[in-house]
Amino acid sequence: MISNSLVYLIVLPLFSSAVLLLTGRRADRWGHILGTLAPGISFLIGLYQLAQMLGRSNEERAVTQKLFSWISVGSFQVDASLMLDQLSICFVLLITGVGTLIHIYSIAYMSHDHDRRRFFAYLNLFIAAMLLLVLGDSYLNLYVGWEGVGLASYLLIGFWNQKPTYATAAKKAFIANRVGDLGLSLAIMIAFASMGTVSFAGIKEHAGQASTGVLTAIGITLLIAATGKSAQFPLQAWLGDAMAGPTPVSALIHAATMVTAGVYLIVRSNFIFDAAPNAQLAVAIIGAITLMFGALIGTAKDDIKKALAASTMSQIGYMILGAGLGPAGYAFAIMHLLTHGFFKAGMFLGAGSVMHGMDDEVNMRRYGGLRKFLPITFATFGLGYLAIIGVPPFAGFYSKDKIIEVAFNSGGAKGVILGCAALLGAAITAFYMTRVMILTFAGSKRWDDKAHPHESPVLMWLPMVLLAVGSVTSGFLFTQGNSLQKWLAPVVEQSPAAEGELLKPAVVSILALLLVITGVGLAAMMYLRKPVPVQAPADVSIFTRIARRDLLQDEFNEAIFMRPGQKLAKALGIADNAVIDGAVRGVARLTQGTGRTLGLTQNGFVRSYAMWILLGAIGLLATIWAVTL
Amino acid sequence: MTTFTTPSLSYALLAPILIVLGGAVLTVIFEAFLSKAIRPLVQLSVTLGTLVLALGQLWRIRNESSLTAAMGSVAIDGPAILLQGAVLILAILGVFLIADEDQFTVQAAAIPGSQEERESIQSGEKLTEIYPLTLFAVAGMMLFTISTDLITLFVALEMLSLPLYLMAGLARRRRLLSQEAALKYFLLGAFSSAFFLFGAAFLYGYSGSVSLAGIYDSVSGGTGNSVFLLVGIVFLSVGLLFKVGVVPFHAWTPDVYQGAPTPVTAFMAAATKVAAFGAILRIFYTAFANAYWDWRPFLSVIAIVTMIFGSLVAISQRDVKRMLAYSSIAHAGFLLTGVIALNKAGLEASIFYLFAYGIATLGAFGIVTLVRDSQGEVTDLSRWAGLGKRSPLVATVFATLLLAFAGIPLTSGFIGKFSIFSAAYESGNKSIVVVGVLSSAIAAYFYIRVIVLMFFTDPAEDGTSVTIPSNMTRLTIALSFVITIFLGVFPAPLLNFISSMAIFIR
Repeated sequence: MISNSLVYLIVLPLFSSAVLLLTGRRADRWGHILGTLAPGISFLIGLYQLAQMLGRSNEERAVTQKLFSWISVGSFQVDASLMLDQLSICFVLLITGVGTLIHIYSIAYMSHDHDRRRFFAYLNLFIAAMLLLVLGDSYLNLYVGWEGVGLASYLLIGFWNQKPTYATAAKKAFIANRVGDLGLSLAIMIAFASMGTVSFAGIKEHAGQASTGVLTAIGITLLIAATGKSAQFPLQAWLGDAMAGPTPVSALIHAATMVTAGVYLIVRSNFIFDAAPNAQLAVAIIGAITLMFGALIGTAKDDIKKALAASTMSQIGYMILGAGLGPAGYAFAIMHLLTHGFFKAGMFLGAGSVMHGMDDEVNMRRYGGLRKFLPITFATFGLGYLAIIGVPPFAGFYSKDKIIEVAFNSGGAKGVILGCAALLGAAITAFYMTRVMILTFAGSKRWDDKAHPHESPVLMWLPMVLLAVGSVTSGFLFTQGNSLQKWLAPVVEQSPAAEGELLKPAVVSILALLLVITGVGLAAMMYLRKPVPVQAPADVSIFTRIARRDLLQDEFNEAIFMRPGQKLAKALGIADNAVIDGAVRGVARLTQGTGRTLGLTQNGFVRSYAMWILLGAIGLLATIWAVTL
Repeated sequence: MTTFTTPSLSYALLAPILIVLGGAVLTVIFEAFLSKAIRPLVQLSVTLGTLVLALGQLWRIRNESSLTAAMGSVAIDGPAILLQGAVLILAILGVFLIADEDQFTVQAAAIPGSQEERESIQSGEKLTEIYPLTLFAVAGMMLFTISTDLITLFVALEMLSLPLYLMAGLARRRRLLSQEAALKYFLLGAFSSAFFLFGAAFLYGYSGSVSLAGIYDSVSGGTGNSVFLLVGIVFLSVGLLFKVGVVPFHAWTPDVYQGAPTPVTAFMAAATKVAAFGAILRIFYTAFANAYWDWRPFLSVIAIVTMIFGSLVAISQRDVKRMLAYSSIAHAGFLLTGVIALNKAGLEASIFYLFAYGIATLGAFGIVTLVRDSQGEVTDLSRWAGLGKRSPLVATVFATLLLAFAGIPLTSGFIGKFSIFSAAYESGNKSIVVVGVLSSAIAAYFYIRVIVLMFFTDPAEDGTSVTIPSNMTRLTIALSFVITIFLGVFPAPLLNFISSMAIFIR
């Protein structure tokens, strides 16, 4: 099937971005409107595509559009082509739908910023790049979008780069992502070297004949790419700092969409991971580690955005875990990704709303009792909270429980370990999210009298309300009659016959609920019974201290990579100067010296010149003599 | 008693040369009879008109081919048309530069610094002998490229050389240097002409013929005393290689390039190279084609030594004209690789290279005439520092031409070097190509050094300034710049044209 309108999905926000950047200050007055219309229209196109897709039979739903022949070198042919199938339409609607809501929110949130137009230009650029990422029909096309979102993320984290720490945060995110990007480029190169193609369809076709070693190598390198973009262990350290960007950015890029690109990549590459069990196991393990890692960091954060960031890391860990569980888990990974897109974006917007009312204060120890002052924010944030900790019938309950269930049922000791990690993660999630709720909205006020908390304007609370609706209903809708599973079936392999269940779904749900209640209760006991100190207590256990320092991730990176790297660079600099430049300079001096010496033959005397001619003639005679002898 | 047969001449085919010679005679007459007020303008118009007319006639006969146009003394074939055309085009651009009378002495015979010289300067006269001299030289150059017997070749050689000796001594400023250059050029030229004649005698002794075809037949037949052949080839080569200035027959080049008035240097560097290489190509591709086993080794040695020597010595030059002189020596080495290739690709590449190099050379020397202080041209490189800041346009054009000399892509120089080296590579002379590429790298250093000097160095204290060029100088520089870029970006039309023409007839 061919569709000619796919390209407009990308072109509209890209064009808008270009207009906003190129027209400069002249567009300040209407830039945000154009910037919001572009993803809005893309969303409408996405809905139209969905309607078209629903009208076709299941096998014919995917459509493609060839834009132009991009690379044509010998046998290496890459077209710039777009492909919209059941998987990418989910992302298209998430990106443009949630994206549009966040654009609307940003109109109000950024209204006092002089550079609001530039902000919208970058947001549009991000939307375009992210759409290219999910619409590309080959790894190379995906890579362009992949790099594009990295750039947009860098620009937006460092949007307020007049603060050096924010600029550093942007750089940190960019560098961590580059490490991951290297993985993706390696994967593309391995795939091309071994199969001669980089398109999804081509690799899927060849995956059967390729050796397991090659497939494992591709899988591992793809996993590295995913850990970079999705802030998974061990490349997770940038996400917390990325909260330096304006809050809508955190909601859109660092919660709902870009950071889930790793999940998309793995699910999209299901044909590789299904044929490379070791790589698949690695994916699951990374997911399990990260979900615990993020949850533990979340328990100790006082900065509301960083707590939410840690939570994002942990929730994406769930998705990666789901994706690592193979055909049984792909659909639930995507489901959790979509529900998470609603409730986490909603909570970030809620956090932004709180900051908006509290003079950009982010320390939760200086909040308290805000439910009276920001009732709408409290309600929408609360619905998101119920969704994330997995209370039925809110969205997170369906998606998370399914992942836990699939983990337990993946067989053997592996299943038990992964399942327990996921269960424990759910309990910790309940704990730290309850902590966030209590510190922010419950208890007594702990803020200065200078702050005047107030509800946000309608442009801000309306998107929050709409996202809250999604947080409430989406899980139910996706699971009703296994709709999402069936929808995605043509893209990801169908689940093989279950090898006997370890735990029944009902058992898993009850276990999870019990643990959630425990977590909530624990948090309530700790933070409701006695007043919360405004200063974080210093006499805490070593574990709390480590958790506050992000489980020492920065210390680790600095000790293992940064400082030795700096030393290496310094040493190489010296070596470059002495050895390589020295050799070059030596050759230059030698050449100059030779030239000057030879130049001495030019002494100006015509008799010498004549002698040279004579000697030359004799020399030529000698040469010709020697040759003909 | 031998019966006398009337020589039959194909006037149409010889017309380009005859037109130039006619123009030359006309300018001599004008020189004698016209008043000094209108003389400069008339002489310039007649000279340019003659050259354009000759070029037009050449275009009309471009598809002709004949060995008997002048009783077997000249050949009209594709290369003959191309090379004569190149000489004429370069001469036209050269005359634009020569039209700048400020470059030339008023009375060449006056002793430098004498009362006589002062008087002649005060009289306000202008020197116009340069025009007939140029036309005679052009006619000689054209004849040199089409001659097919050794006697005609020698006549042509002298016809192009003698005017050049005189022209080199006509500089208005630093006249002693100019006269010294002229004398050196003359003495060494005479010396090398003797070699040429000596070689011609040996070749006649070998084959019993002075025609290139006759020599070719003898070489192919293998008759005759091969010692005579070898000595003949060597001595003839000395005479020819002297004209193009390759090591070790190069020594006159820097002195003459520096001493001669810059427009003359430009004309000489561009057009003489075409003429002399045209003759070399014709002789080695026709008469000596089958003796390549004998001459390839020594020409290879000369090419290698020339490329390295020219590039190396250019590095240490402090004077822009001397630097360009050594650069021309290196380029002569590069061009020799096209002779050594001895295949059709080599011939095509050589002709393209000659044209591209000539055009760029005219532009470069044209710019040299612009950079002056109160004493006239400033050729000391250290005083070119910061030129890019004061005269960005001039410096940019000069930088582009230098990049073309260095063979940087998107300039004609790159296409020329690439095609000439690939022709040599195809013919199996790989070591020469390696040396050629290496010396190109060395050469790039001194070209780029000048660019760095112009753009990245603070201007020198003692103000040199760029004079506002006359329209004709401007035209030469502009055309040189445009053609250099055009041939770098769209070389195909010219390459295809050359390819369709470049076959010597024997």
